[in-house]
Amino acid sequence: MSIGLKKRNSSGGVKVPEHKLSEDIAIEEAPLPEKVVIPLQQNIGAPAQALVKRGDRVLTGQKVADSDKYVSAPVHATLSGEVSGTTMVVNPPTGQLVEALVIAADGNDEWVECKVPKNPESLSVKEMLELIREAGVVGMGGAAFPTHVKLSPPKDKKIDTVILNGCECEPYVTSDHRVMLEYGEEVLSGLNIIKKVLSPQNTYIAIEDNKQDAIDHLEKLIHDRGLQNDMKVIPLKAKYPMGAEKTLIKTILDREVPIGGLPMDVGTVIQNVSTAKAIHDAVFMGKPLVERVITVTGAVRSPKNLLTRFGTPIRFLIEYCGGMSEMANTIILGGPMMGIAQFDLDFPAVKGTNSILIKTEEPVKEQDCISCGMCIEACPMRLMPTLLARHAKEGLYEECKSNYYIDDCFECGSCTYTCPANIPIVQYIKVAKKELAKKAASK
Amino acid sequence: MNEVRHLLISPGPHLWRGLSVSKIMYLVVIALLFPTGAAIYFFGHHALSVIGVSIGAAVLTEYICKRLRGKVFTMDGSAVVTGLLLALVLPPMIPLWMVALGAIFAIAIAKEAFGGLGHNIFNPALAARAFMSMSFTLEMTTWVAPTGFSADAVTMATPLGEGFIWTAGRPSLYQAMFFGNTAGSLGETSALFILIGGFFLIGRGLINWRIPAIYIGTVSLIALAMGQDPLFHILAGGLMIGAFFMATDYVTSPLTNRGKIVFAVALGTLTMLIRRFGGMPEGVCYSILFMNAMVPLIDRYIKIRPYGLMERASAG
Repeated sequence: MSIGLKKRNSSGGVKVPEHKLSEDIAIEEAPLPEKVVIPLQQNIGAPAQALVKRGDRVLTGQKVADSDKYVSAPVHATLSGEVSGTTMVVNPPTGQLVEALVIAADGNDEWVECKVPKNPESLSVKEMLELIREAGVVGMGGAAFPTHVKLSPPKDKKIDTVILNGCECEPYVTSDHRVMLEYGEEVLSGLNIIKKVLSPQNTYIAIEDNKQDAIDHLEKLIHDRGLQNDMKVIPLKAKYPMGAEKTLIKTILDREVPIGGLPMDVGTVIQNVSTAKAIHDAVFMGKPLVERVITVTGAVRSPKNLLTRFGTPIRFLIEYCGGMSEMANTIILGGPMMGIAQFDLDFPAVKGTNSILIKTEEPVKEQDCISCGMCIEACPMRLMPTLLARHAKEGLYEECKSNYYIDDCFECGSCTYTCPANIPIVQYIKVAKKELAKKAASK
Repeated sequence: MNEVRHLLISPGPHLWRGLSVSKIMYLVVIALLFPTGAAIYFFGHHALSVIGVSIGAAVLTEYICKRLRGKVFTMDGSAVVTGLLLALVLPPMIPLWMVALGAIFAIAIAKEAFGGLGHNIFNPALAARAFMSMSFTLEMTTWVAPTGFSADAVTMATPLGEGFIWTAGRPSLYQAMFFGNTAGSLGETSALFILIGGFFLIGRGLINWRIPAIYIGTVSLIALAMGQDPLFHILAGGLMIGAFFMATDYVTSPLTNRGKIVFAVALGTLTMLIRRFGGMPEGVCYSILFMNAMVPLIDRYIKIRPYGLMERASAG
């Protein structure tokens, strides 16, 4: 299959309304809060241990927690001030309670000295990976997997393709879109570092065709810097969940990741555009990951794209955007399709938070399945979501795994979006996966 | 500052397409208004009263059944669809008390006794038609000429009932069968208006083109193979309404596209076997009912290869 078709489509998936309220609003620096709450684990992998204690003075960018485990990432202070205590918060990617440091700001935002590498171009792969790890870079598309691990595939996995993911197929969310437009240079530079680390034959930048300005901007930058032979922008049809790794690999490369496998099993590594910028900042500026662009949108007075320090309470960001409407009752971290509704407005923004979405919802009543098959049409993994839900509902979890391939599901929510009977199919699937994991762990 | 607000913690996704079950049902009713209009045009007040009694009895039965089962009755439109579909497959002169009994059977026995919408094995309207055919054989096979509101009913045989001695070349008969100006069940005679309603549903993405296309395609291929006139077999009897509105019923048809293809080929084959070798002139109703019973098996064994499944699943 040749690359370079103007628009590429995928099988399955759904056409969702875009609601990109903030796509034309430039990134703005959020004001610094009086205190930040820094979870010691903001990623998938081992939790980090605190390196500071109550009463210590910390500087912005100072490493405050780390782990000697390989699959882990350090955490940095995002404000200068005093460690005033600890608390427990939920780590979004794992759903588990983790310890968090509370830092009371001194208002000076005094930075640690960032060790800018003298000659970044001549760093070895090992040195670059070390810089990326030390900066605490994790995947910023949502799953928050430590980036240095993803960039170090085992020897037997030959990586021939790198895909930079600028799809941003979730409705409402515009943070990656703005990063591509306003930090295009840094994104391409970060992609170049990824290329140096992995030496792939092909490097693609995948962007949905509803972001034509980002496509044009990056193409122009690539042209201006003479990188046409190094990387190529691939416009894709705007369709949910185009930006999911498995969908992207199928759409661009016509390869399928084996069930339960990873993109590297088919020679591919995918990185998000915001992660690429963080990689650039780490390698070229020695700057740790302390902030990211977060879209605050939905039922707020003025939707914004805010460059936000981690640990900032979401309440603070919502108030900065003019507050939420009277009727609003649902606060979602992430986009509307895969985001998680929050129970606490004081929850801190973390590395994997790309959006805070405010909505007004009414509880819906689940009806009986009428076997319309719309969920099957919508499933990008060609699963049978309604049968997964039916078996999960009856507690037949083994059946979900052996007969209906539950491990293939990445919980995109297309089935539930399309279901006329309002069956929370994804929720049933999540429960079944949890039960199966419990069973596997107890064996 | 820290106002109290009750947050709703609902599972995702937090976006819905907005196409509800009842919206689908009422869109099906809109599609059925085309053959319904043709039925009223050709069979006049007989059509109006059969349709009225059938829908009324169906909705009332659903209400009573829900109350008896301690469930909430909602006008989700499914009883209206069942009542209307049943009316459209009945002969125009059928006594109205029989219509009411059929509608009660459709809802109370074929649907609610199995657990209500989504749980029924058989298409309720066709199950009721089969019940009525066995109980009221004479009334269910008394056909009249399409005389509209104007004149008294004159009995007339249906094209299929005339037998299969059909050879070729009577354009006026094709025309009558295409527009609906012939004897038959209320809503089955006009291929044109069934097609309009069917294409409306296909266009709205509510029914899958595969079942009607492959069902009708199979019938015509087998007709050709048997040396009979395929066009006659497509236009005659209940094939058109069965293919577009009965075989496509979500609950009683397979889930996957591959399952739908198997279902439709089997339907076409069974229909032609009954028409050619069976004891009755028409086989659409029994073919669909028979295949309804096969749907759980089809859904169990005819599967799609999921993304990333490398080795083919072993057979069976």
